[in-house]
Amino acid sequence: MSAGYLGAVRSEFTKVRTTRLWWVLLVIMAAYVGLCAGGMAGILGGLGGGANGPVIPDAQLPLLVYSFATSVGYVFPVLFGALAVTSEFRFQSLTPTFLANPRRGVVLGGKATTLLIVGALFGVVALIASIGLGASLLAAFGIDPLLGDPETWAFIGRSVLAMALWSAIGVGLGVLVPSQVAAIVIVLAFTQFVEPLLRLAASFTDWSAQVAQFLPGAASDSLVGASIYTAMSGASAGLDWWQGGLVLVAYAAIATLIGFLTSWRRDVS
Amino acid sequence: MPTGVPIEFSGLTKTFGQVSAVSNLTFTVEPGQVTGFLGPNGAGKTTSLRMLLGLVRPTSGTATFGGTAYAKLDSPLQTVGASLEAASFHPGRSARNHLAVYAQSAGLPKTAPDAALEKVGLSGYGDRRVGGYSLGMRQRLGLAFALLGDPGVLVLDEPINGLDPEGIKWIRLLLRAMAAEGRTVLISSHLLSEVQQTVDDVIIISHGTLVHRGELSSLDTSDTKQVQVNAEDRDRLATVLTEAGYQVSNLRSGVLVENADAATIGRLAFEAGIPLTGLSQKRTGLEESFLTLVGEEGAL
Ligand SMILES: Nc1ncnc2c1ncn2[C@@H]1O[C@H](COP(=O)(O)OP(=O)(O)O)[C@@H](O)[C@H]1O
Ligand SMILES: [Mg+2]
Repeated sequence: MSAGYLGAVRSEFTKVRTTRLWWVLLVIMAAYVGLCAGGMAGILGGLGGGANGPVIPDAQLPLLVYSFATSVGYVFPVLFGALAVTSEFRFQSLTPTFLANPRRGVVLGGKATTLLIVGALFGVVALIASIGLGASLLAAFGIDPLLGDPETWAFIGRSVLAMALWSAIGVGLGVLVPSQVAAIVIVLAFTQFVEPLLRLAASFTDWSAQVAQFLPGAASDSLVGASIYTAMSGASAGLDWWQGGLVLVAYAAIATLIGFLTSWRRDVS
Repeated sequence: MPTGVPIEFSGLTKTFGQVSAVSNLTFTVEPGQVTGFLGPNGAGKTTSLRMLLGLVRPTSGTATFGGTAYAKLDSPLQTVGASLEAASFHPGRSARNHLAVYAQSAGLPKTAPDAALEKVGLSGYGDRRVGGYSLGMRQRLGLAFALLGDPGVLVLDEPINGLDPEGIKWIRLLLRAMAAEGRTVLISSHLLSEVQQTVDDVIIISHGTLVHRGELSSLDTSDTKQVQVNAEDRDRLATVLTEAGYQVSNLRSGVLVENADAATIGRLAFEAGIPLTGLSQKRTGLEESFLTLVGEEGAL
């Protein structure tokens, strides 16, 4: 009675649940996202309506503030997804994992599924932080937080999806680069420096801007539909939300597949 | 009661680049007894066991459980319990959760982790993070993982390493009891003395190749080369033997003759008219035969 895929998912959930990392990262993420969203709501809300106010109309302000959940929060599910894989290599726990279930593809599928769900949980917590602080501050400044607007709820759904996909991309990265230190450096360097600079540089010419839409962060912004980056650069509309989602799916799937064919199938010794 | 199936190695070979770690290993491990898989460090024991368990891909050959490769087993943890040398734990996870992770993966009952902790005497420590475990406790936890599915076959890599004398006695009894129940028990070690009182059969490898296979007693070879002999006139005896071409050395209670057999030495003394007060073929100890088989590095 091999437990197969469902057993793999249950096992991977238990792995996530039984060490401290998940809640440590959730707490840091919530604080970070809340600070950014609250700060932005305070600054823009406070300035809004004034003669020297910024170009962002009141109606766009709430989603912009809420989108900090993904625009600054996304690094946490990527990191978590990557660590979920690299820690198996680091602590040599692939040995018992593959002893309990020698079908390595099933194990990796179970891990990716689990991390998608955990990524969605990160999304929910990040949105609670950004909306919780952002909406109350906006309301305090007399701006409608648009919480009854269906568009806001569609945005929330897309944000949760984006965070889930980021976590899956983390899994792909981890299995592609099993060295824990290397994976952490890549996540931080790429999300915090490399991609923002690339997107900025790419916005100067038309064709490069076209290509840059397919960078993961840009695709994520397209999926979510609002971000401080697109608001500030006044960049072109970019991809449709579903196209952005597909681009993220492709990143996750390709990285995971290549990682499976290389590190995941290697000798465990 | 789960019964064991034989473990069958057939032409098993593994090459890492230029290094030939295991070459052409062929033997069968039978159920109902404890089999020792011996060889000095670097002999290829861990690599062989990892190939058997589907963790390392053989360059050629096969290793199966009654004809079925590990990866093809229907319920691996309930067929084979394994624990490998390297500590494979997330240090931040408790022992009970560590076991629960794999029990769920294998679809074992919820009670399996506690039952396994109980069997290895870690019941009171299940909630502790494994990072704080001593080497001996880690060994026990590794064994608990192996026992999780109550398997008919046990494959343990250096299970005695790191155990205190109490623990060694305990594991010896446990393994013997499991074998007596009809299970297949294969344990590796780089020290014969460590498993001497536990195993029935031995498989000895050196530099990746099989050098000896048989009952433990078969190691106690009698084709040894030393004879201990004594006489009233010990000096004359030594001279006669030296003249006959033997290398001799003085012991407190006689003369030790290298590369000799007792019958020949007795005849030489008789012909020289020296009455002997003692004559015996020195039996080489198990350990010594083991070292002879595996070469110098076995002493490491
Ligand atoms: N992953 C590996 N890459 C290269 N060489 C290896 C690897 N694993 C083991 N070896 C080599 O294979 C030989 C056998 O090692 P091992 O199976 O660990 O021996 P033992 O368990 O008997 O001490 C050693 O020479 C070791 O250096
Ligand atoms: Mg070894």
